[in-house]
Amino acid sequence: MAARKIKFDWVAATANDLKGGEAVFRRADGSWTRTVAEAELVPGGEAGAALLARAQADHAANRVVEPVLIAVDPATRRPLSLRERIRADGPTV
Amino acid sequence: MYRYDQFDRSFVAARVAEFRDQVARRLSGELTEDQFKPLRLMNGVYLQLHAYMLRIAIPYGVLSSRQLRKLAHIGRVYDRSSGHFTTRQNLQFNWVRLADIPDILAELAEVEMHAIQTSGNCIRNVTADHFAGAAADETVDPRPYAELLRQWSSLHPEFTFLPRKFKLAVTGAAVDRAAIQVHDIGLEVKRNERGEIGFAVYVGGGQGRTPMIAKKLRDFLPERDLLAYCEAILRVYNLEGRRDNKYKARIKILVHEKGLEEIAASVEAEFAAQPVATAALGEAEIARIAAYFAPPRFAALPARSAVLEDAQTEDAALCRFVSRNVSAHKAPGYGVVTVSLKPIGGIPGDATSDQMDALADIAERWSFDELRVSHAQNIVLPHVRLDDLPQVHAALAAAGLATPNDGLVTDIIACPGLDYCALANARSIPVAQEISQRFADLDRQNAIGELKLKISGCINACGHHHVGHIGILGVDRQGEEFYQITLGGAEGADCAIGELVGPGFAADKITDAVETLVETYLKLRRDPGERFLDAYRRVGLGPFQEALYADA
Amino acid sequence: MPTLETELYRGGRFVADDAVYVADGDALPANALAIVSKKRYLAERIALDARAGRLGLVLETADTLDGLEGALDRFATVVLRFARYADGRPYSLAHRLRHRLGYRGELRAAGDVLQDQIVFMLRGGFDALEIAHAGTRAALRANRIVVVPTRGSAPAAQILDAAE
Repeated sequence: MAARKIKFDWVAATANDLKGGEAVFRRADGSWTRTVAEAELVPGGEAGAALLARAQADHAANRVVEPVLIAVDPATRRPLSLRERIRADGPTV
Repeated sequence: MYRYDQFDRSFVAARVAEFRDQVARRLSGELTEDQFKPLRLMNGVYLQLHAYMLRIAIPYGVLSSRQLRKLAHIGRVYDRSSGHFTTRQNLQFNWVRLADIPDILAELAEVEMHAIQTSGNCIRNVTADHFAGAAADETVDPRPYAELLRQWSSLHPEFTFLPRKFKLAVTGAAVDRAAIQVHDIGLEVKRNERGEIGFAVYVGGGQGRTPMIAKKLRDFLPERDLLAYCEAILRVYNLEGRRDNKYKARIKILVHEKGLEEIAASVEAEFAAQPVATAALGEAEIARIAAYFAPPRFAALPARSAVLEDAQTEDAALCRFVSRNVSAHKAPGYGVVTVSLKPIGGIPGDATSDQMDALADIAERWSFDELRVSHAQNIVLPHVRLDDLPQVHAALAAAGLATPNDGLVTDIIACPGLDYCALANARSIPVAQEISQRFADLDRQNAIGELKLKISGCINACGHHHVGHIGILGVDRQGEEFYQITLGGAEGADCAIGELVGPGFAADKITDAVETLVETYLKLRRDPGERFLDAYRRVGLGPFQEALYADA
Repeated sequence: MPTLETELYRGGRFVADDAVYVADGDALPANALAIVSKKRYLAERIALDARAGRLGLVLETADTLDGLEGALDRFATVVLRFARYADGRPYSLAHRLRHRLGYRGELRAAGDVLQDQIVFMLRGGFDALEIAHAGTRAALRANRIVVVPTRGSAPAAQILDAAE
C-alpha cells in the first residue's frame, strides 16, 4: 500500500486540547496550534518516536489529550488520511 | 409529563456539583485522562474529532416547551446555535468546551434535565414509542413504565460498571415504533384476557457488529414484577457477561452463546431469589407515576375536521403534509404530527436553536406544551387538533420544518459519521445529503412510498443500517470510503436484519446504486401498495443484485 | 495484597485493622484476622471452621459463590476484591451475599477502591472499604466526597457513615 509507505516518511503530532477539545498540532517550539501547517514535521522512525514522546509528556502534563502521530505530506503540509484532514479542517458538511 | 420531585432535584443538583468537582480535578491535573474518561462518559461527555461532545438524556423522548427552549439557549451560548437529535431520542451538542460543561449541566438542571448515563457501561437512557399516549393503536401507555425504569436505573449501585452498555426500550402498541427487538431488553406492555397489565420481555437484541434479534423470555410478566425481573436479568448479565473482549460483551452475545434456555433458567432462578423488599412494585407507586402521564384534557370533537378539509382543498402543500406527516390519534379530532428534521439536502436530525424555539412555541400553543423526539431523528407534536393543522403547518413552514417526507426515502437516519465521530470509518452525512437531493422530487418520493433508508459510518451501527429497508454501512477500504448495502432490514414487530447485497460502492457511486435499487423495485412491484420491504421479501436479493452488478 | 499504605474505612472513619491476607499454604497467624482464599477455605474447611481465631474470606472479582452456602456465618469479614473499578462483578456478588445467602457480617471492598466509586460500594451492601489510593483517603479525611442521593437508599449525609 502506497499510503502506508508515505505514512512513515513525515509525521506530525496531534492531540485534542484538554480544556476545549479542539484538534491541535504540536509546533517545534513545544506549543500547540490549531493549524496543521504550523506543526513540526519530522521523519518517521526515531525522530517520530521522539516527537511522540514529547507530545506524550504534554499529555502527562495535562495540556493535551491522547496525542498520536499522523502522516503529513511535506509538500502541501496536509494530512494524508481523510480522517485527519477532517480533524484539521472541520466537518465537510 | 413527569415532573421532578424533591428527590430528583437534589439528585441532579448533587450530580452537577460532583461533576464540577471532577472537571476541576481534571483541569488541575489531579485526575489523569485515564481516570477521568470513565467519569466524563458517565456524564455523557465524549471527546470527538473536533471538540468535546455532550449527549443529553431526553427520557423516553419526551420534552416540554420549556425544556426545548433551554436546549435552544444552550445551543446558542455554548455551541454553534444548533443541536443534533439522535437515534436514541437524545440530543447531542458537538462543539462544547470541557470547562463549560458543568455550567451547561447546571442550566439543564433548571429544567429537570441531565446527561447522566448517556454513555458508559451502564443502563442507558430508556427509550419508548414516540407516539406514546397519543397513538390510536396503543394498548397501554408505556411512559409510566419507562419512568419507573429510569428511576430504578439511575445511578443503580449494582449496575453502573457492567460488561458493556445496556439499552432498554418500551412500547405499548402492537405496531412497534420503539424497535424493542433490537435492544438489550425490549418490553411490550400489554393486557391479558382479564384486562391485567403485563409485559412481553425480550432479551439480547442489538445492532453493532453482531446484529441480533432479541429472544422472548416471558410472554406476560405481571406488571408488579417489572423491576425485580429486569434486576434479575441485569444481575445475571453483570456476573456472566463476557469481559474479555468488548466486542463480545453485550448481553446479546451471552444469550447467543449460552442459549435462551440456559439464560432463562438463570434469570428465573435469580428472580425467584429476589429479596421480598424489592420484589414487587406496589400499586400505589405505579399509580403515582402513572398520574404524571394522565392524558391532557382533550376537547370533545368530531372525528373529521371541516376546517382542515376545506383548507386542504386550497393548499396542496398542506394536503401533502397531512397525508404524510399526520398519524391517527386516540382522541377524535386530534392528530399526531411528525415534524421532519430531514429537509432536502440537510443534516439528518439537526435543528437550529431558532428552530427549537419555533417548535417550543408551536407545541406550547397547539400541542399541550409537549414534544417528542423519535428514534428516526424527527420531532413529534403528539396532540394537535385537526382544526389547528393549517396554522401548525404554516408555522412549521415558516421555520423550515414542514418537509412532508415522514417515512419516505428522504427521511434518512444517519449517524454523525466521520465528519464528527472519532469511531467512524466513513462519512454518513454527505451520503444522506446526496441521496436526499437525488430524490428531492416529492411526487417521485410519494410514488416510491414507504422506504426506510439508514446510514451508519461504522460497524457500531448508530445509524441503524441493519434494520433499514435499505441499509448503508460506510467502511474504510485502504484509505478510501466505501459503502456496503444491506436490504430487507426492519425494526418493528416484523424485525429483521438486512442482508448484504454484494460488494460495496465508492462514495461517488453509492447514490446511483440506491437509485438503481429503487428503480428495480418500482419495476417489479405488484402494485403501488406493495412497499419496498414487501417486494424485497417476495423476490429476495436476486433481482436487486442483477440490477446493481449487471455491468460488473 | 494490603500494604502498609492501605487503611480501613468503616462507620464514617478510618479504623485499626489487623487483617492479614494469608497465602494458600502459609500458616495462619494466631492473633490476627486471617483472611484466606475461597480455594483454601473449601479445601481445608473442616480444619478452618474448627480453628479458634478470627477468619475472613477473600473473593476475587471472577470468583463465584458456589460452595459457600451455609458457610458464611463463620467469617468475621468477607472481602470482595475489585480487580479494576470498571469491572462491576463484585457489586452483584455483594447483592447475592447479602440477599441470597443472607450474609450479615462485614462486607469489605478491596483492590481498586477509588473516590468516585465508593458511594456505589456503600450503597451496594459494602460496609468497609480497604483503601490504598492516597487521594481517596485524603478526600475522605477532608470530607470532600460528593454524595449524589439515589431513590430508596440512605440519605446522602448518612451514606459515608454506613455501618452494618
